[in-house]
Amino acid sequence: MSGKYSTIIRDGLWSNNPILFQVLGICSTLAVTNSLRNTFIMTMGVTFSTAFASWNLSLMKDFIPRKVRMIMQVLVISFYVIIVDIILRAYLPEASKQLGPYVGLIITNCILMGRAEAFAAANKPVASFIDGLANGLGYTAILVGIAVVRELLGFGTLLGLRVAPANFVPMTIMIMPPSAFFLVALVAWWAKSLGIRKAAWKQPRQAPSAAR
Amino acid sequence: MPAFSDINPIVLFFASILTSNILLSNFLGTCSFIAISKEWKSSFGLGLAVTLVIGICCAICWTVLQYLVIPLGIEYLSFIIFIIVIAAVVQMLEMVIDRYSPSLYLSLGIFLPLITVNCAVLGAVLFMQIRNYGFLQAVAFGFGAGAGWWLAIMLLAAIRKRIENNPVPAGLKGTGITLIVIGFMAMAFIGFSGMIAVQ
Repeated sequence: MSGKYSTIIRDGLWSNNPILFQVLGICSTLAVTNSLRNTFIMTMGVTFSTAFASWNLSLMKDFIPRKVRMIMQVLVISFYVIIVDIILRAYLPEASKQLGPYVGLIITNCILMGRAEAFAAANKPVASFIDGLANGLGYTAILVGIAVVRELLGFGTLLGLRVAPANFVPMTIMIMPPSAFFLVALVAWWAKSLGIRKAAWKQPRQAPSAAR
Repeated sequence: MPAFSDINPIVLFFASILTSNILLSNFLGTCSFIAISKEWKSSFGLGLAVTLVIGICCAICWTVLQYLVIPLGIEYLSFIIFIIVIAAVVQMLEMVIDRYSPSLYLSLGIFLPLITVNCAVLGAVLFMQIRNYGFLQAVAFGFGAGAGWWLAIMLLAAIRKRIENNPVPAGLKGTGITLIVIGFMAMAFIGFSGMIAVQ
């Protein structure tokens, strides 16, 4: 049983990471990656809603008629996103104002629908919850990494604190939209080349057996 | 900088196509953008459908927001209301197109249901809400944002067609090189930013 869960967690965090290998769900969060703090808040919101929406949809999967499944998924997801939005407004009003419409856009984040459709529709509630959580955390890890690079090079700060030396010249491109696309492309490139190299490693071992 | 609520709708229309392109400067609708832009023809169909949906949704959501949500004081439900409006508009559009132009329906058919979860639609509606647009501005913004998305996906589809025959590093093939191309397109669109200021 625990072996199954660890596979789910490894899939979400690495081997099926939503950003590295599926390039899904970058829409709503990429826009805020020029600030580490906002990125962290957003990705936590995504993780929370993915986990709970997956759990909830997995509980409901036997009662939902196939025809209205998509709209039910969207409604359940928006329910959790509204919770995230209300919590942010109450406890982090300033961040909520800066994030603006992007919190609401978690609803249409492809990861949530993707996990609901690909995993929660065919699995038990607890497993779906863990799958949602792992995917959310995998997503968090990559985007926080991108945010560190963007904020450090773009402003010379981390979490708003100055870390770069005084004579550091900020790279304006890093806080503008194009750099986010380039960084995601670089990360995806790195992940894909790792995969290719791994496949190349396995090849020679398989070749002799095939010859035999 | 003028307040959001008193920009000329015509200016706003062009600004949302060029200077604040919803895809290239706000990253909205990237998922379907990357998936569909492989093919030029389907990009055209999807872009057209998205433009129609965003424009109509902005108009309807504006009306619902002003005459239903705000008087009743249920702003905390606005996400759910917007998403229901979007789903309904997409469904209606599907039926109308099917009835009046079966050939267009055949070419758009598979993409229509997916527009409901296209971030660009909900994003445009939420921007419209936050910036307090008037009705004409909301409609202009909606169609402008859609047209901007359409323009971007057509450009990308054309560029991707040319990349196909070029030697791209194996690890960068597919999504990687597409993201880099989008990055360059975003840089090119920054060039428009001096023309009109909306943000």
